[in-house]
Amino acid sequence: MDALMNFGTGIFGGAWPAVWTLIKIVLIVAPLMLGVAYLTYFERKVIGYMQVRIGPNRVGPWGLIQPIADGLKLLLKEIIVPTTASKGIFIIAPMLAIAPALAAWAVVPFTDSLVVANIDASLLYIMAITSMGVYGIILSGWASNSKYAFLGAMRSAAQMVSYEISMGFSLICVLMVSNSLNLVDIVNVQDQGRFAGWGLSFLSWNWLPLFPMFIVYLISGTAELNRAPFDVAEGESEIVAGFHVEYSGMAFALFFLAEYANMILVAALTSLLFLGGWLSPVGFLPDGILWLFIKMSAILFLFLWFRATFPRYRYDQLMRLGWKVFLPICLIWLVVVGVWMMSPLNIWK
Amino acid sequence: MGSMKEIFNSLFLKELLKGMSVTGRYFFARKITVQYPEEKTPQSFRFRGLHALRRYPNGEERCIACKLCEAICPALAITIEAEPRDDGSRRTTRYDIDLTKCIFCGFCEEACPVDAVVETRIFEYHGEKRGDLYYTKQMLLANGDRYEDQIAKDRELDASYR
Repeated sequence: MDALMNFGTGIFGGAWPAVWTLIKIVLIVAPLMLGVAYLTYFERKVIGYMQVRIGPNRVGPWGLIQPIADGLKLLLKEIIVPTTASKGIFIIAPMLAIAPALAAWAVVPFTDSLVVANIDASLLYIMAITSMGVYGIILSGWASNSKYAFLGAMRSAAQMVSYEISMGFSLICVLMVSNSLNLVDIVNVQDQGRFAGWGLSFLSWNWLPLFPMFIVYLISGTAELNRAPFDVAEGESEIVAGFHVEYSGMAFALFFLAEYANMILVAALTSLLFLGGWLSPVGFLPDGILWLFIKMSAILFLFLWFRATFPRYRYDQLMRLGWKVFLPICLIWLVVVGVWMMSPLNIWK
Repeated sequence: MGSMKEIFNSLFLKELLKGMSVTGRYFFARKITVQYPEEKTPQSFRFRGLHALRRYPNGEERCIACKLCEAICPALAITIEAEPRDDGSRRTTRYDIDLTKCIFCGFCEEACPVDAVVETRIFEYHGEKRGDLYYTKQMLLANGDRYEDQIAKDRELDASYR
């Protein structure tokens, strides 16, 4: 590593830290895009299997080239801008949707040293940056100048704002027990405790003491992503495709990429916050990045499973769930955790 | 008390987990996909595919221009013009089926008193222009000549049910 640093400084001089950061960004974004591409393949396969079909299997062996073919198709297609659309905003909106989805990865740690920016307020940064994603959706709905797109954008905005609250509360519980906003610290704290001492560290992870918050976070995360069963923003049966109805070609693909990149992000965050990130579940196996990927895959599979199982929520049911079920649960559990921490039974010292 | 139970059931996501267990089981179920061009589903001898006009074994066309098929056709896909021939028999001069209109209901086949117009098992054909799917008498007779063996065999199988 030192040799690489010296070599870089020798070539780029003072610009080396910037170049090195760029290299790290590429090292994260390129696999992420590949992951997004193959997540679509995975999704089609999993949903196909649950519907007793076999999914895509024609392009390449087992259909493995399918996402590449889809990507090429979208790249080559024409981007149609409606004549009544507000052109500038129409073009910027998909970029606004994907930028936060990628920017959030800057602070996501893969192991305790493998992170682009190990900042102390990384959880706060993620909350702030992912909330920006809704601007892309609202602006795309507004700029399309189409009633379906506008309705979809309105729904999506209302939904994201509602679920961000319960999501935030469940994160507050996590950072209360971790006593830190730094994602690396949050994971490391989960490695302590009685069960971890016995070599059963998966029982020390946050998911067990904060179980209701884990469920609330997972479901709010699904809602935040506009995924089934909370995909009323797309609602094919009522509003055609929602906010991206007027988009085609690569502009549409950017929304698609953003949705799936966010999916992977939420899976990564759930693994880090509640499932111990890169920590190994049992004492005798070494910690490592592989564990993080296994946990992320499991959660992504869960998202696909939801999509294959549940019918779409009605809009008022969705709002009821957010405000009248999740919010009270979060507030109650917040108090429970607070009392627990002040009592002699505190397990997080 | 009932409503309490309901609240607990929904709070612990009972129904949702039940649903997920169903889809979870089907994830491992045997897949029923038919890999179409390589594999095909079995066909009935009553399959209603591409039309054909048949001939008698001596080469004479069966159709006597009674126009029952034209009359019964719900999609008005059949056009027939007829004239007496020199030997005094009544024959069609024109027998066209517009396959873009046809709904493959099989009524023409049922209406035909002499088993002249039939629907074959052929379903893998295409046209590249709209006109390509406008089948004239010559094309239909050619279909009949080409697939006569299969057509005769299928009528044989169906005979006991008629």
